[in-house]
Amino acid sequence: MAAISLTGVSKTFTDGTVAIAGLTLEIGDGELLAVLGPSGCGKSTVLRIVAGLEVPTEGQVAIGDQVVTEVAPGARDLAIVFQDYALYPHLTVFDNMAFPLKAKRMKRRAIDQRVREVAALLGIEALLHRRPRALSGGERQRVAMGRAIVRSPSAFLMDEPLSNLDAKLRVQLRSEIRTLHRELGATFLYVTHDQTEALTIGDRVAVMRRGRLQQVDDPQQVYDFPANLFVAGFIGTPPMNLLLAPVEQEKGHQVARVGNWRFPLPEGVQASEIVVGIRPEHLGVPGFLHGYESSSAQEVTVLETETLGSVSLLHFPIEVRPVLLRDDASSSSFVVGDSPTVVIAAADAQARIAAGSRVAIAADVSRARFFDAQTGAAVGQRRPVSTTPCVKAL
Amino acid sequence: MTASAVVLGPRPSGRWARRLSAVIIVAGVVAVLLPLAWMLSTSLKPESQVFRSPIEWIPSTFRVENYSEAVTLIPFWRYALNSLIVTVPVVIGTVLTSTAVAYAFARMRAPGLRPLFFLVIAAIMLPAEVTLVPSFLLFKELGWVGTYSPLIVPAWLGGGAFNIFLLRQYFLTIPREQDELARVEGHSFLSILLRVIIPQSWPAISVVAALTFVDVWNDFLGPLIYLTDQKLYTLPLGLNFYKDIYNTQWAHFMAASLLALLPCIVIFFLAQRAFTQGVVLTGRR
Repeated sequence: MAAISLTGVSKTFTDGTVAIAGLTLEIGDGELLAVLGPSGCGKSTVLRIVAGLEVPTEGQVAIGDQVVTEVAPGARDLAIVFQDYALYPHLTVFDNMAFPLKAKRMKRRAIDQRVREVAALLGIEALLHRRPRALSGGERQRVAMGRAIVRSPSAFLMDEPLSNLDAKLRVQLRSEIRTLHRELGATFLYVTHDQTEALTIGDRVAVMRRGRLQQVDDPQQVYDFPANLFVAGFIGTPPMNLLLAPVEQEKGHQVARVGNWRFPLPEGVQASEIVVGIRPEHLGVPGFLHGYESSSAQEVTVLETETLGSVSLLHFPIEVRPVLLRDDASSSSFVVGDSPTVVIAAADAQARIAAGSRVAIAADVSRARFFDAQTGAAVGQRRPVSTTPCVKAL
Repeated sequence: MTASAVVLGPRPSGRWARRLSAVIIVAGVVAVLLPLAWMLSTSLKPESQVFRSPIEWIPSTFRVENYSEAVTLIPFWRYALNSLIVTVPVVIGTVLTSTAVAYAFARMRAPGLRPLFFLVIAAIMLPAEVTLVPSFLLFKELGWVGTYSPLIVPAWLGGGAFNIFLLRQYFLTIPREQDELARVEGHSFLSILLRVIIPQSWPAISVVAALTFVDVWNDFLGPLIYLTDQKLYTLPLGLNFYKDIYNTQWAHFMAASLLALLPCIVIFFLAQRAFTQGVVLTGRR
């Protein structure tokens, strides 16, 4: 078991592509860190650098207290699980799992014992004599996990290990990986583009964009307090509503005004405009928005509704300019669009609102987040003072 | 493709296309088999009936003794052994070294590797005759003329551009993650080649081995140029002894040629089996 640390790591490929720029990241001993980001953000390169399959252009990689930047992959005592599992089609499940042990020149009897032990742990004893092509996707995934576990490595690296599976199996294996992580107590570096997977599986989540680390925090913090506009817009389905609002003075306080909604700003905001971020679940129909510090409601016309069972997503226009995330290679992650903004609210489904109807929507202003309209960085990020749960366990 | 053509059977144009292709295929098969049939028929005739006109495809008198005489008229088995002495090391050398070189081209990253690969590819287009004189001079300088070395040693130095190309392309179809996984697990490059790449590449390797075998077994020019001692002659050279300046013993010549051909036929069928087996083994996902 070992901590992994990357210090000032950059990777530029020979064709000039910058995959990672100045990444500093610490994965604690026994921690499961999920690296999350859209495709091409460099998350897989991070994993490959830790594995030793890529050599960083700059910076240093350490496993435990040993610097391994130049150490060969095989000498790093890591195990890896790829998206396509990379099981050998010419070997049986048993031989696939025994393969890494053969590199260690273990005795045949010891190999046999260890493989059966791990197969029992994963419930795949019955598959040992089969070849990979005779296995289902989920079974192959388990074999790939088994192949990683047999070596008892100091850390596990997983590159989108569930991406080839169907949704239901993914949910099941997600919790299996969590359990496994708990049982093994090993360090996990888990790379994924699926935010649900990252948030549910990670002890902490590192969000990346274009080779740069955006935020690394525990999953709830990343959701509640996104460090910048990119994280705000990337995390959450549907994502946070991002609205460019004018800053006004009201009763000696600064507020951001969006129609009738007035969002009290944290101290010391200098700008005349600010980006207000509010999640759909913090907008709702008054009377159904329980216990919230709600602002006055404003009347909107619902364009469209999506029923999800517990909530209905209401789409409605508001006369402010939207902040849109950019997908291109530009250095800025966002651009300001044209008014109006189509805002999404997750209203209680019991309110039964139909498309085309006029309805009053209130905002829980205490849950709004603010971002600098120039840099996109979070403004006056407030962290909860204590980590005590709001609802105590009985 | 074939299956859909069968399903689409009733469509008239499809049916005519199939008939036409059947005619072309049959014509091709006949063109290939006719000389073989003539060879077989001649090898069983008395010498006097060989050129009887019209051709007797089925001899009026079978003369099986042609075979036993053919192998004693010349030191047939000696030549066959010599052929083996040349062919087996060449096949082994070609398979080993072209596999190693192809693996390097398929997997390793080094500056200049790509241009080097194109240089190797370019060598495919070079006719062997062009290098004949320079190589002869080289081997003469080395004092190898009159020995098997000029025929065997080059096969151990890369195994030929075409084989390298064939194997490299095959290796590229094996997902790179399989190598990377083995590297992370502590396997060396050689171990990966032996345990991961080669076991999945039997189809390509057996093709290389079979083609090389047939090529070298039937090679006439190489042995003709480099071998001076008749005791060292290989079969293609030895078969010439059925001819002299006055006449040719066609029946014996054909019998011996058929015997010389047998290993190639056996190799071909073996390779074909290995090929299909290999394809089944490597059926991915």
